[in-house]
Parts: sequence; structure tokens; C-alpha cells
Amino acid sequence: MDGAGLDGAWTRRWIEAVAAEVARRKQELTALDRAIGDADHGENLDRGFRAVLGKLEALDDDATPGAVLKLVATTLISTVGGAAGPLYGTAFLKGSMAAGDRAALDAAALVEVLTAARDGIVARGKAEPGDKTMVDAWTPAVDAAAAAGDDVRAALQAAAAAAAEGAAATEPLVAHKGRASYLGERAVGHRDPGSESTSLMLRAAADTA
Amino acid sequence: MKKLINDPTKTVDEGVAGFAAAHADIVRVVVDPPFVVVRQDAPVPGKVGLVSGGGSGHEPLHAGFVGFGMLDAAVPGAMFTSPTPDPILEATKQVDAGAGVLHIVKNYTGDVLNFETAADLALAEGIEVQTVIVDDDVAVKDSLYTAGRRGVAGTLLVEKLAGAAAQRGDSLDRVAEVARTVNSRVRTMGMALSPCTVPHASEPSFTLAEDEVEIGIGIHGEPGRERIALEPADRIVDRLLEPILEDLPFAKRDRVVLLVNGMGGTPQSELYIVYRRAAEVLAERGIDVARSLVGSYVTSLEMQGVSITLLQVDDELLGLYDAPVQTAALRWGR
Repeated sequence: MDGAGLDGAWTRRWIEAVAAEVARRKQELTALDRAIGDADHGENLDRGFRAVLGKLEALDDDATPGAVLKLVATTLISTVGGAAGPLYGTAFLKGSMAAGDRAALDAAALVEVLTAARDGIVARGKAEPGDKTMVDAWTPAVDAAAAAGDDVRAALQAAAAAAAEGAAATEPLVAHKGRASYLGERAVGHRDPGSESTSLMLRAAADTA
Repeated sequence: MKKLINDPTKTVDEGVAGFAAAHADIVRVVVDPPFVVVRQDAPVPGKVGLVSGGGSGHEPLHAGFVGFGMLDAAVPGAMFTSPTPDPILEATKQVDAGAGVLHIVKNYTGDVLNFETAADLALAEGIEVQTVIVDDDVAVKDSLYTAGRRGVAGTLLVEKLAGAAAQRGDSLDRVAEVARTVNSRVRTMGMALSPCTVPHASEPSFTLAEDEVEIGIGIHGEPGRERIALEPADRIVDRLLEPILEDLPFAKRDRVVLLVNGMGGTPQSELYIVYRRAAEVLAERGIDVARSLVGSYVTSLEMQGVSITLLQVDDELLGLYDAPVQTAALRWGR
């Protein structure tokens, strides 16, 4: 498969893997959110991705990456709620628009998709890097994918590794957006749950590619 | 944590179903998409529609305020989680009588984002929507480096007065202006003695030692200004009132509505102990308490605690406060 682009079947495998990982780690995500938010991130994402799994079954077998991402977007927007619903919904929607009707994504297309997703989150949530949000995982991931060269799988591996580092790097930060921002200094020492779920999603993308 | 529930995943569904059954004379419930609590006679011809909503767990907010003279629809989300845009859009459609719809949104990131999306969708369907964001919580000091002040118990007064304006036939612009005026003149500060536990979570949302209280708490148990050792009620009331009075600021000869709000697990008798001291302090300052409301209206599940809200009023606002209202949780003059 080396050298081949990432097709609709991969997109579907990726999303199924995200759903499985979210289900497996929902307590952990909720625990991160309990520390500096409102203790619902894992539950909300799990509800959303379970709904996505149900809808994926009805999708055509030859659906493009863009079509799969669009289905994920609309389902998350209508099932997740909270801040994560509109933010991830927007990310997948912008990603699907960037993917267009391509049958498969090469490295350049992947970078376009990731960039569009990140830009969508920034536009909706108005967070900047360093605000202790999911943007702190997305931005290094986009940069790493862009710097990784022509191999789409290497680009995804680089993105996943950078997102994990980005998520860990939110721990010493004071939050400037979202509910954790009310904590001031007391948010220091806790990882942002949105950055961790972003890291989870990109890790699943790399592992299924 | 013991809870009087059947299934943690069904607490909102079953609570809304019970609410609908108990108050069938006031509301009807649309269950697809889940859940929209709508005034029984909506859309009321010629009237601006008022829609609010947010995470569940703050009852009677918002469904308890649906009815004559207040909200036309409430959209309950999952526990402490904003509703998604679909039910907000459905509520907007259900109450639109052609005069436009006002969304009243507490300033929490999730609520703002989901209502924003729903308003865009409503606009695409030709419904005129205006949005008023409520941010009455003085506990959040630095709005520049946070998501901004939170919408807390003052939301009740925004909904009541804007609801009265809509009921008397004001235009959408005018109802929105009333809502913004109320928001600009209302200030709240809360505190907690004990945390609350979301039904599907195994642990409380935060922890407080036996002798600790949190001053400046939000309505999901998000921390506020400081954590201090428990003090007598009067001292705590002073701590809550001081930043409220300074913030607007409230001045001598001002007339106010004083709302002492329980967080869900506080006995009414303690709320009156709080009220007693608050009224005493306001009298010392020469501030005239024109109306009082004491009860648990904007809650955080079973949290023990209280918030104090002051709304500066003139004759017009006082008239809107006094106007008839008939909802499950507020009822007077009708």
C-alpha cells in the first residue's frame, strides 16, 4: 500500500478506530475535564461517535474521504453539544470541504484537510495557540504534517506525534478560553481535555493508515 | 453518591417527561429532535418568541420558566452540556409567529457556539433571530483572559422582564433591548458549601473539605475567586455583596430587585438567613429593595450554596417585573 493515497475505506477505518478509542478512554477524558472543566468531555464525544458509527453503516461502500468526513461533521454537530460538538463538527466539516471529491488523499491533500480543520476550530472558538485548548494540539500537528514531505503515512505519524506533544504541553498553561479559563492559576498542572481528544483522533488516524 | 434515578443515561429524558406530564396545562414537549419544551399555545399570534436553553441540571431553569409572560420555549441539553443546534432550531420554529425570535443565552462557550449555529440555520429558513448573551457573574474578574463573565442567576430576571415585554406586544428590537438593559443592570455572585455529582459521573465535579467553601462559584461548580474556611452566614453574605455593589456600582437611593437563589441543596430557611443579612446591608447603604425573590431557581443539581443577585430597576423595569406570569416555577398576577 506504500505510496497509495488514503481512500474512503481508510477514512472509515480511522473513524471507527476513533469511536473505539473514545469509548475505551471516555472515563479518562471525563476525568481530565472534571479537573478543569465540567466533567462531560468523554461522555459527550462517546455519544457523538456512537451515533457516527450508526450512520456510517448506511453510507455507500465507495464513499470518498470527503463524504465520510462530512457525515462525521453533521452527526457530531447534532449529537455532541457543549463546546466540543460545534468545534469538532466544524473541524470535520471544513476538512471534508478541503478533501472535496478526491477519491484518495496524498500528503499535500492531507495537509490541506488538517489545515482547514484547524482553521475552522480557530474561527469558531477564537482561541489562539497557548490558550490551553485543542488548538494547542492541532497547530503543531498541522505544522509537522506539512514538514513531513511526500509520504502521506509519514505525515500522519508526524502529526500524531506532534499532537501528543502539544497536548502534554498544555499542562503548565493557564487557560484563556473555555470553562477552564475561570480557574486562573489553578488550571496549571492539568492537561486540556480537548487537546487530548485531538491527540487521540490523530493517533488513530496514523495507526489505521 | 446516591441519586433518586432509574438509569443515569435517562435522567434528562425522564425528568422532562415528568415535567411535561405535571404541567400539561402550560407546556407541551416536542421529543424529536429531543427535547424542546414549548409553551402550550405557541406560537402566540403577533408575539415575539423567546427561546432559552442550556445544559440540564439547573432546574427549574429554563423549562420551569416557559409560559405566559416569560419564555415560549426551553431547550434542555444533556446534564451540564449545551443542547445541540437541531433542537434549538426546532424550538425557534415552534415559537415563531412571524414577529421574530429572541435567543437568551448564558455566556458559556458551548451554549454560545450551539445557539450561534442554530441562529444561522434559522436565518437560512427565513426566521429573524436576535441573540442576547447573559453575563451577570461578577466573580469572573478578568474577562480579557477568560471566556468572559458567566451567565448565572440573573438569567431568570432577563427572561422574566424580556418575557413581559414580549407579552405586552413589543417588537423584536424592543424586546432584545429590554433583555440587554436588564443584563447591563444585573449582577450576581455565588458560593458553594458542597459540590454536586453529575449522574453519569462516578465522582463529584469538584471537592471541598468539610470546613471549606468556594466563593464565586459558577452554576456547574466551576471555581470562582477563592476557596476559604467556612464562616458565619453574615460574613459570607458580605463577601458576596461587596463585589456586586462595587461592580455596577449600585448607589444610595437605587431601587433594586433582590434575588437570593439556592443552588439546589440549600434549605429555604438558610436562604432567608442570607436574605436577612443582604437586606440589612442594602438598608445601611440606602438602597431600596423594591422587590424580593427567595428560592432555588437556578441550581446546580444537589449543590449546597447560594447566589445573590441585584437588579437595578426604574419604573418601566419594575412594571415588567410585576407583570403577570404563569409558568411552572414562577406565577403571579394572573
